[in-house]
Amino acid sequence: MQSMNFWRAYARNKGAVIGLLIMAVVVVLGLFAPLIYPESPWDMVNAPFLGPMEEGSLLGTDTLGRDIASGIAHGARVSLLIGLTSTAVALVIGVTLGALAGFFGGWVDDTLMRFTELFQTIPNFVLTVVLVAIFTPSQGSIVLAIAIVSWPPLARLARAEFMALRSREFVQAAITTGQSNATIIFREILPNSLSPLIVSSSLMVATAVLLESSLSFLGLGDPNAMSWGYMVGAARTVIRQAWWMSFFPGLAILLTVLALNLIGEGLNDALNPRVARKGKA
Amino acid sequence: MAGLPRFLAGRLIKAIVILFAIVVINFLLVHAAPGDPAMVMAGEAGAADPKFVEQLRQQFGLDRPLLEQLATYVSHVATGDLGFSYRQQQSVWDLLLARLPATLVLTLTAFVFALVVGIVLGTLAAVRAGSVSDSAITVLALLAYATPIYWVGLMLMLLFSVQLGWLPAFGYETVGGGLSGFARMIDIGEHLLLPALTLGMFYMAVYARMTRASILEVRDMDFVKTARAKGLSHGAVVVRHVLRNAILPVITVAGVQAGHLIGGSILIETVFAWPGLGRLAFEAVLQRDYQVLLGIFFISSVMVIVFNILTDLIYSLVDPRIDLAR
Amino acid sequence: MNAVAVSSSSAPSPVTAFPNRQPLLDVRGLSIALPPSADRELAVDALTFTLNPNEILCVVGESGSGKSMTAHAVMGLLPVPSVRVAAGALLFKGNNVLTMSEPEQRALRGGRIAMVFQEPMTALNPLMRVGDQVEESLRIHTDLDRTARKARVIELFAQVGLPNPAELVRSYPFRLSGGQRQRVMIALALACEPDVLIADEPTTALDVTTQKQILDLIRSIQAERQMGVMFITHDFGVVAEIAHRVAVMRHGKLVEIGTADEVLNRPSHPYTRQLIASVPHAMGDRPPFTPSGEPLLLAEGLHKTFHVGGGLFKKGKEVTAGKNISLTIHPGETVGLVGESGSGKSTLGRSVMGLMKPDSGRLLYKGTDLLSLDRRAFRPFRREIQMVFQDPYASLNPRRMVGEIIAQGPIAFGEAPAQAMARASDLLAMVGLDASAAKRFPHEFSGGQRQRISIARALAMGPSLLIADEPVSALDVSVQAQVLALLDDIRHRLNLSMLFITHDLRVASRVCDTIAVMQRGSIVEMGPAAEVFGNPQHPYTQSLIDAIPGRGWEIPADLSHGEGVSA
Repeated sequence: MQSMNFWRAYARNKGAVIGLLIMAVVVVLGLFAPLIYPESPWDMVNAPFLGPMEEGSLLGTDTLGRDIASGIAHGARVSLLIGLTSTAVALVIGVTLGALAGFFGGWVDDTLMRFTELFQTIPNFVLTVVLVAIFTPSQGSIVLAIAIVSWPPLARLARAEFMALRSREFVQAAITTGQSNATIIFREILPNSLSPLIVSSSLMVATAVLLESSLSFLGLGDPNAMSWGYMVGAARTVIRQAWWMSFFPGLAILLTVLALNLIGEGLNDALNPRVARKGKA
Repeated sequence: MAGLPRFLAGRLIKAIVILFAIVVINFLLVHAAPGDPAMVMAGEAGAADPKFVEQLRQQFGLDRPLLEQLATYVSHVATGDLGFSYRQQQSVWDLLLARLPATLVLTLTAFVFALVVGIVLGTLAAVRAGSVSDSAITVLALLAYATPIYWVGLMLMLLFSVQLGWLPAFGYETVGGGLSGFARMIDIGEHLLLPALTLGMFYMAVYARMTRASILEVRDMDFVKTARAKGLSHGAVVVRHVLRNAILPVITVAGVQAGHLIGGSILIETVFAWPGLGRLAFEAVLQRDYQVLLGIFFISSVMVIVFNILTDLIYSLVDPRIDLAR
Repeated sequence: MNAVAVSSSSAPSPVTAFPNRQPLLDVRGLSIALPPSADRELAVDALTFTLNPNEILCVVGESGSGKSMTAHAVMGLLPVPSVRVAAGALLFKGNNVLTMSEPEQRALRGGRIAMVFQEPMTALNPLMRVGDQVEESLRIHTDLDRTARKARVIELFAQVGLPNPAELVRSYPFRLSGGQRQRVMIALALACEPDVLIADEPTTALDVTTQKQILDLIRSIQAERQMGVMFITHDFGVVAEIAHRVAVMRHGKLVEIGTADEVLNRPSHPYTRQLIASVPHAMGDRPPFTPSGEPLLLAEGLHKTFHVGGGLFKKGKEVTAGKNISLTIHPGETVGLVGESGSGKSTLGRSVMGLMKPDSGRLLYKGTDLLSLDRRAFRPFRREIQMVFQDPYASLNPRRMVGEIIAQGPIAFGEAPAQAMARASDLLAMVGLDASAAKRFPHEFSGGQRQRISIARALAMGPSLLIADEPVSALDVSVQAQVLALLDDIRHRLNLSMLFITHDLRVASRVCDTIAVMQRGSIVEMGPAAEVFGNPQHPYTQSLIDAIPGRGWEIPADLSHGEGVSA
């Protein structure tokens, strides 16, 4: 019954439904890319510099005759994979540190928050670039670099939630009825702090997809995987002659990130009804 | 303002601590990287000649214990020695200084644009919440939020420079134009327009959304009801009571994020061939010139810290609750 | 024609009727519609009443009665379009406010009709000097020049009893205390010499001694300026203190209206009678408590200092929350710990519960010093000492079923889950709830019911000592009376000792055998309830008792034994 309410609240946000539909297309495209385009997206399959709809090529070919549509389908895998895994890693780091700081307070909080502050001060994209460049681009280094610059907001959020809930009376009641710290954290506090964390992580996947595409635009993507940012970056120098080579991959990024943001807002409306102030004068 | 010097001193100490931490991070990065630290410092493994690598080993005591190496490294940085770029045959510090002004011009313009336009749009949207213009602004912000800025840069360049021919496609100024004085400023301004717009757009969206949310929140507060109960008109309530309270938190966040514009400038300077630190970073990535990259990381952190101190100052002047002497 | 004497008595003045004068405010058949998602259609339903010049009309009701909504409608402050006037007329001196143009309405607002709100802490713009906020009203409604306005603001600040008015006008709100901010709000309301003052629970957020000062101020200003005051409150004590006439509201409808004397002393409507019966008052027939046996809890010289703010490079402020607190609780005794906000009255309770560590002192429970125990050694005592919390909306985990909430303690101490759940059902019955409640979630219950669940959770551990920290202050009066009766009943039945922490002397007098009065971290007076109330020794206790609203009013005899106190 609660899930029914959730869907009704979610569906009331039309943008969120559109976001979910776009996302479904992207996921399907990524999942079935090897079936739709069995050849490697790195292979030259047609004449170079073909425009969209020319010679049986849906979105045209690039400077080396590689199929743009195929690249976009295969690129969806990379974007989603890196977006999700780096968010998961950031979530683990951020929630752990934030929860510890918020739950224990005192010097634990002070130390962890100074540490978080340091990472918030560092210009995050510059650090990602430095990290990936030094540790040589690979899926692992990219995921790690994105996670390292993304966790601080999650840590702050988790800390704020834990702190607020820690002083809530039902948590104090759990302490006074002799519950263990683990029970208090996992059964009393965490379930009640989940909604804002879910909303933030859905938005963070969007940021991670953008970061990954920016890295591969600069040539710091995983050299073995076709990615949207790489396609835009490679087509940058021929933009005057062949607009489609950078236009379509960029559009794919835009739609995916937009969809993730819309989903995040829908989740926010559905999970934090009090924060959503639609219709309120 | 007796508290001001003390406030600044406090912020300065904090800044020094953060900078120290960043130097340590830089040091650790060099050592955690795969391969010989001397090779990492020289950049592009194997390309540097052995004499230069040996010289690095000497200079940074790379055969000494780690802590001693750290001390050497820190003392080098403290005296303004950020290393030497073998690739460019120039000291990193000189390279950075040469590129800094262009980046400052770009990021500051983008920041002011983002903040002013963002707040104006956010205010318009909030005041007419639920109307068509609110929806339009919200959609615009959502799009700007989701678009990769390097791609927008390319598309704008395609439209305004290639198709319409209104604006120059890249560079800082017309090469060999021989312009000076006011004419040169106009020329730079024309070159600046597209990159600054593109770079500022993402943050404009961020600030617009934040301003809108903040105004809607403040509008429901008790003191706004008091203002209405005085008999103030709707417009006066918004201008005199809502706006100032709503914009304050936006400015704080803006200050914190201003530094992040520098990250975005790597992408924008690459697209528009803007001769600043970002473009230098891109070149350093291509050439695996780690000394330069770490130098850029260091100097952009300094810029972030300066930005943060400035916004703290502005904030404490605007908000009476912040006691500088605190 | 000195209509109202404000001299000293706290008894209501006789009503001054003005038969040949037009009422200031004439509310006729007012209905206010709520949005479709609300639990009822109309917040206010066909409400009719008048407010005359030179009178204080108290509008009384519990939460949700529509009393505030009515005031907001008069001021044009309803959150339209979601909440709007559906029918009726609001006449100010014969002109319908609802059909006036917006500029005409604005001229009334703050000019002829002014309002004071409940929450002084948030009612002022934090970024504007308080003087400027008052001056703003003068700028809109008068043609005084700048210098005249400034002088007028200082004059107003002096009139409402603010210290050092000439300097205070330049302060920002955060520098002022709650009472001072409410005085600023009153100065703001009075700035343009309004005919009508609407005060919406203006003292509810204030401590009792501050409340008395503000009530005195409103009463004297009303008399001096012969204003009509519409005073909204939930507290019959406050009504008895200042009302000339009283209107009682329930679920948006007027149930009774009359002179203060009629409504307070001869209430006719059953709901009014129930409300008045619920007003906390000492039970006359409470037998005096005689301590026997060893003390259950003995607190000795507890000290606690908090460091607020501060950090690596700056020193924070120090706040004393406990200064040499010593207190004894005997088996079966209920000790009331009474104090205003910031008096440190929660320090003792929280220390006993192990939620806070005092800096020094001893806390002997059956001879064991609780403060010397580490977490593990403290654990067995959790069964012995239990707590009932203040806010029923925050004290139950919204994501767990009521049965689980009650059984979690015993289960943590090794009881078999099935057995603990069975006992949870018994306990629910004991606190007056249906056993089926165990399978439901907290949000399905009202505030009073939740507080019963909270009590059941504490009882599940089988405690000897119950700490009740403001257990009824978040509840409406009628519910308050029921929960107090339940606590009183249970502690007799189970022979519990109780530490009852409250800011409300009337509540304390109802359930406590012994009273300890706290001020600024110290206990200034302690003794049997009857003695502390009957013959207070310490000046602070005297001022507290003196500040109890409606002290001069005796609840009608036929209502003083708890009519309407049932689940």
